[in-house]
Amino acid sequence: MKIRIKFAKYGVMKFIGHLDVMRFFQKAIRRADIDIRYSEGFSPHPVMSFAAPLGVGMESKGEYLDIEVLSMTSEDEMKNALNRAMTEGISVLSVTVLPDTAKNAMASVAAARYQLAYHMEGTEECPENVSKERLCRFPIDHIEEKLAAFYAKERIPVTKKTKKGERELDLKPGIFELKIEEVPHPFENDGKTYQVISMLVDASSSGNIKPAMVFDAFCQDCMASLPPYSCQITRIDTLTNLAAEGEVPVFVPLDKCEKGMKISTL
Amino acid sequence: MGRKLALSDDVLMQVEKPARYIGNEFNAVMKDKGNVDIRFCMCFPDIYEIGMSHLGIQILYSMFNSWEDVWCERVYSPWIDLDKIMREKEIPLFALESQDPVKEMDFLGITLQYEMCYTNILQILDLSQIPLFSKDRRETDPIVIGGGPCSYNPEPIAAFFDLFYIGEGETQYRRLLDIYKENRRTGGSRLEFLQRASGLPGFYVPAFYEEEYKEDGTIKGRKKLYENAPDTILKEIVMEVSDTYYPIKPVVPFMQITQDRVVLEIQRGCIRGCRFCQAGQLYRPVRERDVDVLKKYAVKMLKNTGYDEISLSSLSSSDYSGLNELLEFLIRECREKHINISLPSLRIDAFSLDVMSKVQDVKKSSLTFAPEAGSQRLRDVINKGLTKEDILNGAALAFEGGWTRVKLYFMLGLPTETEEDILGIGELSNDIAAVFFDTVPKEKRTNGRVQIVTSTSFFIPKPFTPFQWARMCTKEEFIEKAYQTKKGIMAQLNQKSIKYNWHEADVSVLEGVFARGDRKLANVIAKAYENGCMFDSWSECFHNDIWMECFAQCGVDPDFYTTRERDEDEIFPWDFLDCGVTKEFLLREWKKAMAQTVSPNCRKQCQGCGANRFGGGVCFEKNRTTTPQQT
Repeated sequence: MKIRIKFAKYGVMKFIGHLDVMRFFQKAIRRADIDIRYSEGFSPHPVMSFAAPLGVGMESKGEYLDIEVLSMTSEDEMKNALNRAMTEGISVLSVTVLPDTAKNAMASVAAARYQLAYHMEGTEECPENVSKERLCRFPIDHIEEKLAAFYAKERIPVTKKTKKGERELDLKPGIFELKIEEVPHPFENDGKTYQVISMLVDASSSGNIKPAMVFDAFCQDCMASLPPYSCQITRIDTLTNLAAEGEVPVFVPLDKCEKGMKISTL
Repeated sequence: MGRKLALSDDVLMQVEKPARYIGNEFNAVMKDKGNVDIRFCMCFPDIYEIGMSHLGIQILYSMFNSWEDVWCERVYSPWIDLDKIMREKEIPLFALESQDPVKEMDFLGITLQYEMCYTNILQILDLSQIPLFSKDRRETDPIVIGGGPCSYNPEPIAAFFDLFYIGEGETQYRRLLDIYKENRRTGGSRLEFLQRASGLPGFYVPAFYEEEYKEDGTIKGRKKLYENAPDTILKEIVMEVSDTYYPIKPVVPFMQITQDRVVLEIQRGCIRGCRFCQAGQLYRPVRERDVDVLKKYAVKMLKNTGYDEISLSSLSSSDYSGLNELLEFLIRECREKHINISLPSLRIDAFSLDVMSKVQDVKKSSLTFAPEAGSQRLRDVINKGLTKEDILNGAALAFEGGWTRVKLYFMLGLPTETEEDILGIGELSNDIAAVFFDTVPKEKRTNGRVQIVTSTSFFIPKPFTPFQWARMCTKEEFIEKAYQTKKGIMAQLNQKSIKYNWHEADVSVLEGVFARGDRKLANVIAKAYENGCMFDSWSECFHNDIWMECFAQCGVDPDFYTTRERDEDEIFPWDFLDCGVTKEFLLREWKKAMAQTVSPNCRKQCQGCGANRFGGGVCFEKNRTTTPQQT
């Protein structure tokens, strides 16, 4: 039976890298006594695969991993068992049984939605008298207009550093949405709203765009210079595309992507 | 939401492996600091991956936190990248759980597992903003307490500690903490607390004693500076090892650590009595854990951690009387759950090979023998009861079972060693390769050939061993011996099947200095630290030239501690400590070594080492024979 687990990663856990998150889930699945299927061979390993690695420093409320189990009672019970085996900063949001024909999470990924918030508090340069609110407003005047102008450009060329050297890359076709929003805090229920740069970008294996690249290109464009690590990036969800090739894309979250699953609007 | 970290995002994003510094691991213990009386910070002075692999801290952490009035936290050495940032920005070193500065704790407990961590102790104190020397500490500074194997000769680092605990941690800490609370309640000073602590069994307050030296630099005696301080300190020991604290909920790290598995300590001590081995003397007598208790622990710990591997821990697992039963249970229990069993320190024989073939991939794993010396004569000197026949028979069985990789461990520079003994290393390696070609027919040689990896380390005489009187070799002698070994191996018929590794000589010499050092070394260590020495056990951080410069500046001759011949009646810096084994016994063993006479193990015949005064363990086993056995 194929299972898709959706989880959030936040707080201090943002410093735990992808490989360590994989190892964490292997152990958590054992602690939760989940009847996971093992691969064949002399050193069998649990069958699990993650949708899209999250960079160190980023938070997320839309991470996915697929596992295969031999037996289970119910989705809710598995979710609760897993949550008892978690540590602060990782929580399981949903457990969904997939049809046997479902594509695996990694192959399904088409796009990801991110929110970027400015927070001086994360940096050593944060002055003592600054409000200790986790998220502040970007110190860029008329940011809304500037961002719109930036997104309206025909091409957004950037230089990408690769193993073989540098490569010119146009970000524009991979940015499906880019705007300023006022949103509630992604993890805290404090009743406040925060200014964020919200973007929907390509996250497929062939055209993955890192949100920081878009942000850096924007800062360069409007000549804003912010201290390093002053921007908190949160992945809001990881999405797949239900439309056929060549048609207008229909992006839905990875746990709502199969027939019979409730499709909610974004 | 969430804990506030001591380090800001931009610092954590700049350093390698930020997971080392955030805490929050599964089973890490969080308490409300307002609800505890005592805050204890436990430190392993090396990086997180090494420190987290240590069972002793997990035991004490779990024991301390089982007490409602205590919150025990952990701290490890920040790696050099973070070390640099913390100095620049003057960020005080913090405990992983609360992220509060270490200097706010009541106690800082530092485990002393190897001599080469001594400069890292100073790094911990310095980054914590605690004065390096005990004499400079203020009333508000934490009590700095040391424990672990190197506390059996604490003198080189005595000046940096307020207190040492000699022996196994389970027995006296509760009393120490009660005294601390009582002292605080009555408004007692730091000095008054230390005075009361010195009256407890197993505790040593270095400031209450002064070493007096003879003209030749050896010790004349010790003067007490506090009249009630005890003359000698007997080690503390747990006699009921089945009925003591065991960390059944160990902290599970996020990142991969050196010992990334459940560790099941099956017994303490060793019956063997190898004359170079310090652990074999310090932890006497052997005390076995009940096999049913161990089975229960194993199941619980695997469930509580989610680890996919379990390892047995002891000095010589094959001597554990319940081994067969325990392994059968573990194999049954682990197979269906896809849990690996790792089996270090097993004697290679038909039984162990059978077990190993069940729990590991024969093609991928290698077998380990530790003959320690190249000839039977020298193995008799060191009392290593492994014969050439044992090794060759074991190897033949292993090759028949499909193994093709063998690791061999030897020491160079053992007392009485000759060129013949050194050449014996190459010969033995060659003989094992020959056994492979004799045992395995050509068509069955899966990997084509056999792979022998021969490694040598340099012998370092340690306190409380029969070799504490031995002269240690110079660096030049060591290098010459490694060269001879290499030449000896190259001359062998099967030399293409043998790979040779050897250890650095500089570090071994320095370790030898600290191992049998005295209080004169404290200034050298402090100076080396001031000049940038840290992480001396990491070859990329070790600077021998700086060390040698510091010895010269302090007017201390390293050779005094290493290559000097010692008289039988010399007073050693550690003689005021009593590990249970008597100096008379050690001297008897030293003389037997010189006469190339072996001593039978504890189960075969009691050698009267003195450890039977603890009233238990192997000394009082019902089936132990007291008459010498014929060999």
